[in-house]
Amino acid sequence: MSRGLPVKKPIAGVQDVIAVASGKGGVGKSTTSVNLAVALSLLGKKVGLLDADLFGPSIPRMMNLKGEPDIVDGTGGGADEQNSWPSRTMRNAKISPDVGIPRAAKLLRPLTNYGVQCMSMGFLVGDNAPVVWRGLMVMKALEQLLRQVDWSGLDILVIDMPPGTGDTQLTITQQVPLSGAIIVSTPQDVALADARKGANMFTKVDVPILGMVQNMSFFCCPNCNHSTHIFGKDGVIAAAKEMGMSILGDVPLHADVCSTSDYGKPIVVSQPDSAHAKVYKQMAEATLAKLQARS
Amino acid sequence: MADGALANVKHIVLVLSGKGGVGKSTVTTELALSLVEQGKRVGVLDVDLTGPSVPRMFGVDGAQVHQASTGWVPVYTDETKRLGIMSIGFLLQNKDDAVVWRGPKKNAMIRQFLQDVAWGDLDYLLIDTPPGTSDEHISVAEYLKEYNPDGAVIVTTPQAVSLADVRKELNFCRKVKIPILGVVENMSGFVCPHCAECSDIFSKGGGEAMATEFNVDFLGRVPIDPGLTTLIEADGGSFVDRFTQSALYPIFKKITAKVVANCGDEVIES
Repeated sequence: MSRGLPVKKPIAGVQDVIAVASGKGGVGKSTTSVNLAVALSLLGKKVGLLDADLFGPSIPRMMNLKGEPDIVDGTGGGADEQNSWPSRTMRNAKISPDVGIPRAAKLLRPLTNYGVQCMSMGFLVGDNAPVVWRGLMVMKALEQLLRQVDWSGLDILVIDMPPGTGDTQLTITQQVPLSGAIIVSTPQDVALADARKGANMFTKVDVPILGMVQNMSFFCCPNCNHSTHIFGKDGVIAAAKEMGMSILGDVPLHADVCSTSDYGKPIVVSQPDSAHAKVYKQMAEATLAKLQARS
Repeated sequence: MADGALANVKHIVLVLSGKGGVGKSTVTTELALSLVEQGKRVGVLDVDLTGPSVPRMFGVDGAQVHQASTGWVPVYTDETKRLGIMSIGFLLQNKDDAVVWRGPKKNAMIRQFLQDVAWGDLDYLLIDTPPGTSDEHISVAEYLKEYNPDGAVIVTTPQAVSLADVRKELNFCRKVKIPILGVVENMSGFVCPHCAECSDIFSKGGGEAMATEFNVDFLGRVPIDPGLTTLIEADGGSFVDRFTQSALYPIFKKITAKVVANCGDEVIES
């Protein structure tokens, strides 16, 4: 392991990297990441999606992807021969020794669906197997998910971040130059308190915040059309204003968003003419505009 | 009998999920308040270091922690001192400060929370956890071993994406030999306040099916109550005084009764 301050190194084969984060769990980071990535792909961009949540990887289910990634020859560089901790760990966790994170100069080929190349811990461990790892192993595994994936010429890599502000967030912000971060939150105070912490963390390490997404903003009853602000009203809009950030999208609650995630057909694809699909497409356009303005 | 700060705690209950945002802190809060109502002395330990929600839920955001000769004094919700809270939220200079710590520092903090807080005599210590199966969970499981925790209440929402993560948590509990007191299915259905139509916003029934699959108790189904957010966030007073007004209060009373019974304690009818 190298000593001294970590050095930021761009990810090979990727032009822009954006993180979709919160500080809070369960606000819709994965749902937003998936639909944003697919919407960006529909706009003609080459998009990748990295699931950085090692403990609760949701991307495989949401993108309807299963199976072990192929291992391909890389062009060399990357981790050294000794750097095989996660591989051994995978074997201890009874993962097939033929898969797991490859050694140096071997790369994992992402799995692709809906035009988006994906990589997730979920492809490398059994469905119900808990990943009971302390921070150091998380860091090692993340480094390899960042550096040893064969992303083929991406315009944008979307990183779906886990909740919190711990090892994963530190590792990614210290090692990868991020073009920007998108902060997702639901309107209630308890979520916003954590989302603010998440935003402050990115600001502290000089990662530009592209904007905020207000998720689960209200629910429209399918029977009588009455709108209820289940998680409070417009909390994220107010917080964004206070912090001087844009709102990239305001996404209402709908049972179809949950069910399409569960079935692995993101709403942008399964209901392309719906109000939700429209919000995500606009979010993709706003994101691209922000990225272009910064470059 | 083990020594230390937890020596006089009769029952230790962890509240776990694998998934974020399913309502662990809300369930912890409701359980704590229902237990206090039954006359129990309760402590709530918030080991979610990067996203501490517990102080806000109990309306004690911004309170300060003091040191006594016996250790750190928990923040009590009122003069009766029947409900004490400890959270990193009380130790931050500014509540918007992010706690960006790696594992070893988190472990040290959790060890302090478990060893250096002067809980005194408690009937129940509830431990609210962050999502996942990482440092916080491994540390808590390790440090609590000598105290024989009664077990874990597992919280989930009905949808498959949550259940996938919660199954991992259940397997984690089996691995570290923490008994499962039962599963709570939260955000299970929404009844429109206008027309009373029930919508399954986050799908339906998954929690109960998973409890059956893992052969553990199903503690109950908690619907979405839009009034809950309002009660917690309303200005003036605190949720502690208002929680009996929530539509979810009778549901949580029943869940608490089951948890108490599964801890081998006597259920008091109030």
